[in-house]
Amino acid sequence: MVIELIRAVEKADSANGLLNAVKALTEAGSDSAIPTLIAVLGYNNPGAAVAAVDGLIQLGEAAVLPLLEQLDGYNYGARAWAIRALAGIGDPRGLNILLDAAVNDFALSVRRAATRGLGTIHWEKLPPEELVDAQLKACQTLLQASQDPEWVVRYAAVGGLQALAVEALKSNWLPEVLARFEEIIKTDDTLAVRARAMLANQQFFELSS
Amino acid sequence: MEYSELGAPPEMIGGESLTVEMAIANLRHEDYSLRYYAAWWIGRFRVKEPEAIAGLIAALEEESELTRSGDYSLQRNVARALGKLEDKRAVPGLIRCLECSDYYVREAAVQALEMLGDRAAIPSLVKLLEGGLNAAVRVPGKPHLIQPYDAVIEALGTLGAKEAIELIAPFLDHFVERVQYAAARAMYQLTGNNAYGDRLVRALLGDDLQLRRSALMDLGAIGYLPAAKAIAETLAENSLKLIALKGILENNLNQIQSRSLSDQTIQVMTLMDSLL
Repeated sequence: MVIELIRAVEKADSANGLLNAVKALTEAGSDSAIPTLIAVLGYNNPGAAVAAVDGLIQLGEAAVLPLLEQLDGYNYGARAWAIRALAGIGDPRGLNILLDAAVNDFALSVRRAATRGLGTIHWEKLPPEELVDAQLKACQTLLQASQDPEWVVRYAAVGGLQALAVEALKSNWLPEVLARFEEIIKTDDTLAVRARAMLANQQFFELSS
Repeated sequence: MEYSELGAPPEMIGGESLTVEMAIANLRHEDYSLRYYAAWWIGRFRVKEPEAIAGLIAALEEESELTRSGDYSLQRNVARALGKLEDKRAVPGLIRCLECSDYYVREAAVQALEMLGDRAAIPSLVKLLEGGLNAAVRVPGKPHLIQPYDAVIEALGTLGAKEAIELIAPFLDHFVERVQYAAARAMYQLTGNNAYGDRLVRALLGDDLQLRRSALMDLGAIGYLPAAKAIAETLAENSLKLIALKGILENNLNQIQSRSLSDQTIQVMTLMDSLL
């Protein structure tokens, strides 16, 4: 069954045909689809790539190592989609990739997705002895992303910092994050980013009171 | 990559870096391509020096071999740049451009006048709608209508030209969908009637991606709050949905000074978070 769905993806001869085949394959929810879905990320077909990313995110943890193995020396487009998949899965094994992509990738859509991903890491999957250090790194990277020239990356960074502040095990850095929210509320030149920082501030105090 | 990233970064376009002084001086350079590039550069980097504005206004009026032969590409760039520089001294020159023989100069001037927000432009914009639907036909052999109707109607909506409501309404039935959307957008801005906003929401369900993108941008521009959920769900790039939702959020954030957020604006932000 899954083999046939995989063949249909490999044989698709039109953009729409590929999209539909990828959707059918993702609906099967089988781990054996993972290599094919990752291959689709390199086809330069945005519709199919979105569907493949969604499928990989649904498959979750099982897709993490194959994605990480494919990242190096891969074409840029495929790499960007893979980073989005890793951000959506939130497995801490993808943390280093996301830390780098959030501030260094040249495409704003990748920085945006990686930044959001840093806020939604499944921290409970990390060994406790690594947790404090990993969350500190995520916090520093998100603070840096909160100064990105693109409003949407700053917007994502505020949401990421909010999520991190709520989840954090031990957060010596919390005062710095709250001060940064205040600064954004007062000085960011994009109204939507200021509003998101207000919301972050408000929800943080509601959740922690 | 995504729609918003299709434009190459500026350093890749001109292949050279300018200073403000050079760009202003280049507006009078004998090399046409340098004048052309300087006009674009001044707009792109929002150079608001009075000499830059004066240089652009002069270039807008320039007659040359090229304009006599029908090449108005410099004037198009100049009009676009003037729209970005927030200086109302550009208004009279831009209004004169509405009579230029080049369609794209007229279109760029209309959009610039919309951005400058000066109601003095209204009578001249209204003139472009003369003849109503019957006159609004295609130019044979060209990919455009005889006037940039969508841009004109959008500008009238933005400028709050209530006196143009009766002229704009018939364009809701124009045979070009893009023009219908412009009319719906302006009618919403001028009347506040949700029926016009809902018409744009329905356009999000259409089959043509380009038209869905266009409706997204319109809904963001008018800040139509009831559209938020439909925007999040339409089939288009997340980048565009985020820009549209940002427009809605910002149009409905009137109380940021008092530090209170309404439930509706919080919902818009929740939708935005889900699209990152």
